[in-house]
Amino acid sequence: MQIKKVNVITGHYGSGKTNFAVNLALDAAKRGERVTVVDLDIVNPYFRTADFEQLFADNDIRLIVPTYANSNLDIPALNFDLASIVRQEGLVIVDVGGDDEGAKALGRYAHCLEGTDMQMLYVVNRFRYLTKEPEEALELMYLIEQASSLKCTGIVNNSNLGCDTDIDTVNTGIPYGQAVAEKAGLPLVCVCVNRSLDVKADDNIYPIDIYVKKLWE
Amino acid sequence: MAEKTLMKGNEALAEAAIRSGCKCFFGYPITPQTEISAYLSKRMPKVGGTFLQAESEVAAINMVYGCASSGIRCMTSSSSPGISLKTEGISYIAGADLPCVIINVQRGGPGLGGIQPSQSDYWQVTHALGHGDFHALVYAPASVQEMADYVSKAFDMADKYRMPAVILADGLLGQMMEPVCFPDTEIKMSDASNKPWATNGHGHKRPHNIVNSLYLKPDQLEDIVRDRFERYEEVKANHSEAVVDYCDDADVVVVAYGSTARLAKSAVEQARKQGIKVGIVRPVTLWPFPVQQIKDACKNAKKVLVVEMSMGQMIDDVKLAIECSKPVHFYGRTGGVIPKPAEILAEIKKLGGNL
Repeated sequence: MQIKKVNVITGHYGSGKTNFAVNLALDAAKRGERVTVVDLDIVNPYFRTADFEQLFADNDIRLIVPTYANSNLDIPALNFDLASIVRQEGLVIVDVGGDDEGAKALGRYAHCLEGTDMQMLYVVNRFRYLTKEPEEALELMYLIEQASSLKCTGIVNNSNLGCDTDIDTVNTGIPYGQAVAEKAGLPLVCVCVNRSLDVKADDNIYPIDIYVKKLWE
Repeated sequence: MAEKTLMKGNEALAEAAIRSGCKCFFGYPITPQTEISAYLSKRMPKVGGTFLQAESEVAAINMVYGCASSGIRCMTSSSSPGISLKTEGISYIAGADLPCVIINVQRGGPGLGGIQPSQSDYWQVTHALGHGDFHALVYAPASVQEMADYVSKAFDMADKYRMPAVILADGLLGQMMEPVCFPDTEIKMSDASNKPWATNGHGHKRPHNIVNSLYLKPDQLEDIVRDRFERYEEVKANHSEAVVDYCDDADVVVVAYGSTARLAKSAVEQARKQGIKVGIVRPVTLWPFPVQQIKDACKNAKKVLVVEMSMGQMIDDVKLAIECSKPVHFYGRTGGVIPKPAEILAEIKKLGGNL
């Protein structure tokens, strides 16, 4: 999968955006890149990149979160300057909140991203309720584009069933991802596959590790 | 069997309500359960039901009171502070013998508290969900699949015994995603056809029904309350549920419910691998409390460990269940802090190591 200077990750909430963003960040950092992760999620207080502070610190990844995330002040303030962040050296990964509601926060920064070497990836999961049909996934993608004032540039097929994901799950998801990409007229950037499933690697497979976990897993 | 999908606990609760024939939902947003409202606002109009965002929690529960009177299946949901606001209405619903389903996706308290998971509403839901002598059925699911299954059960049981039923979840269960499967049945909205008491229009064919909780004559009120408590005895005798694992030879029995039971079970399994004889009982119904199941599971144990996401509330019911016949220890985290399996394992080792 090709990484750009700025990588914006959007999708249905629960599609696996955050886990994908964490994988992208760690892989790039391991290759020696300087990486900044921006957590733009001001909707959901649970399971977000701001939870990975320590993991990112251990891997020299800079994490930028809404100022009051996980604090006592219940104000979803975004007071960082994304324009200056994208002008600095290194890669930027932006983890956007789910759905069009979450993508609204991205809209505020749309002008900062214009003209940069960027991609906006739309993460889809065949097994998520309300986006099981390619048409439903497409409808949501258009809503996200409208809310964010930005256009998606590629599809990431992250079809999974959480802890029940197996080879069949991945195979069932493949035609779905292709259908979404075809209907959207966008390239299918990659298919995410849990590294432990030992799927034969090809150009399109992006092996991922699971970082967004339940405490008993 | 229908295909598995990946859902958040909150979404599963909402979808399960629709599949149980819930025709009306009245709610008011609060973290960490807002996805229930968000989901139903999209889905209800598509299946011919009503989604209504009320002006407050108090308004929402009183809409449930009215809707339940007409015999239609209805539901409200909230999180801890919002449930406190609803308690007056819940007492009226219980006092009028009406069925409904109430969901509490608990967060830290007291007061506004926090928005992370908690189990500190146990006392409220089992002992004081409003003023007066009454009970509500209380189900404590521990997975997204159970969130779906127990909504359906709650509606059936609420109808059968004409009493409110509560699904007691927490922020962790509400927000986490797991595979879930719904049965392949047609969605059919409920009506009042099997509820002869419903105030749905007598059409000059029967005497009119009255729904009321006001009885100014003490004797009459006492009789009505006594009748209700006879029904509660039937519920207690037949409908308590618990899941028991590894207890046959256990020296230490852990008692935990909901998401805490998932964490505790993981600790119990690790302890078993290390040769510690430990078992776990998970109460699934909190009212009626599974007294007999806990008593049986703890029969051969030397010690009991209760684990909760609170300062210790269910522990009192466990002590009563085993009639204080052996020491009952406690481990809990509160305020939105989740007890880690490693912490629970350490507590088990402390008890298992000095029997």
